[in-house]
Amino acid sequence: MKIAVCLKQVPDTEAEIKWDIPKGTLSRDGMDSITNPFDEFALEEALLTKENYDGEIVAISMGPEGAKDVLRNALALTVDQVALCTDDAFAGSDTYSTASVLAAAIKKVGDVDVVFAGKQSTDGNTGVVGAELAAILGFSPLTQVAKVRSIDAAGKKIVVERAVEGGTEVVEAKLPAVVSVIKGINEPRLPNLMGIRKASKIDIPQWSAGDLGVDAGKVGAAGASTKVVEIAVPPPRGAGEILKGEIEEIANTITDKLIDLKVIK
Amino acid sequence: MANDVWVYIEHKDGAIAPMSFELLGIGKQLADAFGSSVCAFVVGDKVDDLAKEAGAYGAAKVYAVEGDVFKGFRGEAYAKAAAFLLDKYKPEIALFRATIMGTDVAAGAAAQLGFGLCTDTIGLAVDGGKVKMTRAAFGGNYSVSVVNEKAAPQIATVRPKAFAMGEKDVSKSAEVIKESFALADADLSTKVVEFIQSATSVNLVEADIIVSGGRGLGNEQGFTVLQQLADLLGGAVGASRAAVDSEWIPYEHQVGQTGKTVKPKIYIACGISGAIQHLAGMRTSDCIVAINKDPDAPIFKAATFGIVGDYKEVVPKMIEKFKSKLGK
Ligand SMILES: Cc1cc2nc3c(=O)[nH]c(=O)nc-3n(C[C@H](O)[C@H](O)[C@H](O)COP(=O)(O)OP(=O)(O)OC[C@H]3O[C@@H](n4cnc5c(N)ncnc54)[C@H](O)[C@@H]3O)c2cc1C
Ligand SMILES: Cc1cc2nc3c(=O)[nH]c(=O)nc-3n(C[C@H](O)[C@H](O)[C@H](O)COP(=O)(O)OP(=O)(O)OC[C@H]3O[C@@H](n4cnc5c(N)ncnc54)[C@H](O)[C@@H]3O)c2cc1C
Repeated sequence: MKIAVCLKQVPDTEAEIKWDIPKGTLSRDGMDSITNPFDEFALEEALLTKENYDGEIVAISMGPEGAKDVLRNALALTVDQVALCTDDAFAGSDTYSTASVLAAAIKKVGDVDVVFAGKQSTDGNTGVVGAELAAILGFSPLTQVAKVRSIDAAGKKIVVERAVEGGTEVVEAKLPAVVSVIKGINEPRLPNLMGIRKASKIDIPQWSAGDLGVDAGKVGAAGASTKVVEIAVPPPRGAGEILKGEIEEIANTITDKLIDLKVIK
Repeated sequence: MANDVWVYIEHKDGAIAPMSFELLGIGKQLADAFGSSVCAFVVGDKVDDLAKEAGAYGAAKVYAVEGDVFKGFRGEAYAKAAAFLLDKYKPEIALFRATIMGTDVAAGAAAQLGFGLCTDTIGLAVDGGKVKMTRAAFGGNYSVSVVNEKAAPQIATVRPKAFAMGEKDVSKSAEVIKESFALADADLSTKVVEFIQSATSVNLVEADIIVSGGRGLGNEQGFTVLQQLADLLGGAVGASRAAVDSEWIPYEHQVGQTGKTVKPKIYIACGISGAIQHLAGMRTSDCIVAINKDPDAPIFKAATFGIVGDYKEVVPKMIEKFKSKLGK
């Protein structure tokens, strides 16, 4: 079975965010970066799939050169192959152009049965790249996956559980499929020292727009139809009121205040 | 008309939930700014009742694709039908609810049409002849506005409860336009084989009142008293990641950056410190009440009302007061 996993590099949750205001993008240089937290679950699911069903894993990331770090981390966890899609033409991509670059990379890898992605990134945070990727590739779209029940590569079939509003949906789908995973699907493992040392010596292949056969005018800032036109800091919430007094009095006040909102029926 | 505003009517098996029509209110405001109409669009196996209800909530027209293949929600099939309608009529903007169902349809349709979309939108305004769509970024520390400059329609998923619902007027009705769109089971690659109803059936995203607990609850039993308060108020129970990671409550209750984003009218945070990743999921709530032992806890900076104290004393007292004041 051929397994692909999409890993995005995002600013560390504690990092100070730096913007490139005129372009409406992040200036990723000099910000502490990590693997998107949801993608750690995607990577772990790829590793489990390989262990349970045999196969090989290709980890793919689109981003600047620095995004190599997330692929190196994946190599340390013993993925078989990695590729960094990087090209100045990719900068400023919207969700659709991102998904189309990733789709081109998956086509270049060839014969992929299942693609794992995270539910959403912590920076762009749109949570739609997985679904768009599936639509572009014509793969089965499987979002919000909480459990992979079974994969039958020969029979071209996958059964998953999706966590949706009000319950769990069990979905049977044809392979190839794009599976976007949620937190809790597994416990991501950490790389060991040996893995890290080995991974540090591996050359990371880079794929440009030309290598991927994507039209540079159709991706990145040039091709993206969705543009960030304004970045603002929302006004802080007005300073709150600390209720003081004896507990009896506080409980009396707060319940009055909440009842006054006319929300409680 | 080319600059009409379209609202996608989300439904489960044809059942009418008032919230499905919530975007017709803001849709109407945008349409007024364009001098156009707000229209609804719906995909399903039987759409007549939904179309009627959409009319009562203010849709001038309802565009529909109907067929047996749409029995039971399947994102893949619904996205194809939605893309077909949007491509045929090219309205100015199409609004979906930022629920799991709504997002699956919106993302699938946008990809079929070949462009990006704005998700979890919290602001919509007409600016320079286009709708500017605003969303929160980095845990609400920033907001970014995006515009699809090149193609029509623009597509947005809108955070539930971000905008007030329109008024219902049963004397109003919409013109219904049914389009045929051929799609067979064989064209689809996914099939729902079973639905397992959740025992707790939490619907945090749509709850008006959320009572949330964190590590400060100390143990699993803490959630029992929070549940009592939530039940009394007709609300739902939420949690911080620390509480979920301690296995006191399932992940579906988690609020925050790696959980759900919620915007209830009242959010009561008990024993939650107010980490940025938690605030990311709840800071746009209308009224935030924080109950925490530590007067310096960051949650107090985001709170409308702060109570410095032990939740074990405060919450039962609140339950007692509510019971007597609400006559329950
Ligand atoms: C603050 C901010 C707001 C933005 N708002 C919008 C917007 O409203 N509309 C829009 O079209 N674009 C928007 N963008 C651009 C958008 O973030 C990029 O297009 C991004 O490359 C993909 O979207 P995402 O990060 O939201 O991914 P998500 O859809 O949240 O990610 C889902 C999964 O897709 C995979 N994935 C996503 N990106 C990559 C990648 N580069 N490499 C490998 N795997 C990946 C990962 O597995 C990830 O877990 C915004 C960017 C920023 C910084
Ligand atoms: C990438 C990433 C993603 C994350 N995503 C999320 C997310 O989605 N949601 C989320 O919540 N967190 C998330 N976190 C974790 C977040 O950073 C915090 O660790 C977490 O929110 C802390 O939970 P807490 O407030 O319950 O616990 P703590 O920070 O330990 O706070 C407990 C609080 O309870 C108070 N307390 C103790 N006893 C009592 C008592 N008897 N009565 C009243 N108050 C009491 C204490 O004073 C303290 O303020 C994420 C972190 C990372 C790095």
